[in-house]
Amino acid sequence: MLKGLIGKKIGMTQIFDESGAAVPVTLIEAGPCYVTQVRLPEKEGYSAVQLGFGEAKPKRLTGGQLGHLKKSESPPLRFLREFRINLSEIKVGDMLTVDMFGLGERVDVIGTSKGKGFAGVVKKYHFRGGSKTHGASDRVRAPGSSSATTTPGRVFKGTRRSGHMGSERVTAQGLKVVLVDAERNLLGVNGAVPGSRGSLVMIKDARKQ
Amino acid sequence: MIDLDKNFNTTKNPNIPDLFPGDSVSVHVRIKEGERERIQEFKGTIIRLRKGGNNTNFTVRRTASNGIGVERTFLIHSPRIDKVVVERHTHVRRAQLYFLRERTGKKAHLKQKFD
Repeated sequence: MLKGLIGKKIGMTQIFDESGAAVPVTLIEAGPCYVTQVRLPEKEGYSAVQLGFGEAKPKRLTGGQLGHLKKSESPPLRFLREFRINLSEIKVGDMLTVDMFGLGERVDVIGTSKGKGFAGVVKKYHFRGGSKTHGASDRVRAPGSSSATTTPGRVFKGTRRSGHMGSERVTAQGLKVVLVDAERNLLGVNGAVPGSRGSLVMIKDARKQ
Repeated sequence: MIDLDKNFNTTKNPNIPDLFPGDSVSVHVRIKEGERERIQEFKGTIIRLRKGGNNTNFTVRRTASNGIGVERTFLIHSPRIDKVVVERHTHVRRAQLYFLRERTGKKAHLKQKFD
């Protein structure tokens, strides 16, 4: 059975468990998702389902998008994402909601991390930087040496340098489901989830159970 | 999008009245010792209130023996809080009463406010 949804990160808060301890929770507005296409090994070469999420005004979508969604008789949807699964009883046009997840289950949440722009090595790779004192006023966040001398005479590929950081796909693995509210399409997972508030996330069954 | 502050708040404990900085309060906390549950009181002055949905909390300061100050922060939505009794409101001119930390005895006294 498919365990996957598309959602929107709402933000973090805390709830209390049975023993009264505060649990940090990320709330996700998950689903309802519609199965917009089923990809078959015979036809596409692999098996997956395409889910759609986020109702939009029809005029916001292109004719091609509307035509594609019409095939599955789903409403106009803003986001489409694919989930690789071994096909089972899933059909085009099915609606999926949060109640597929139970309390205590482990899930992976995939999102796009917050962009940090052009970042130095101290922020990006946790380099130590240089000394603040001993006359080294301009080496505080410097990367230090990037290679050796005549041998090898070059900088090895893959050496960690400053550059763009963030806004990349990140998976938060094995998060515990602590809240399921089918009425409000709310899913709460223990801990943090990549991305800013309002960003799109994919929720899947945990890979490492 | 669902608004975090508006749509996701656990119901407030009805045994906690409105609290203000400077209030003399007695906080009744449920404490589990093995199987038994008992209630412990913590009496003191509220020196700070922090709002923020489910994370709303307040800090109570009391002077223990030998004039040593003890501060404890409570989460308003925590099920471990049984009730809060406000003994008196006081007249204070700021939101955070950190100046009380440097004061002892009569100097740490706050004037009672009568509504």
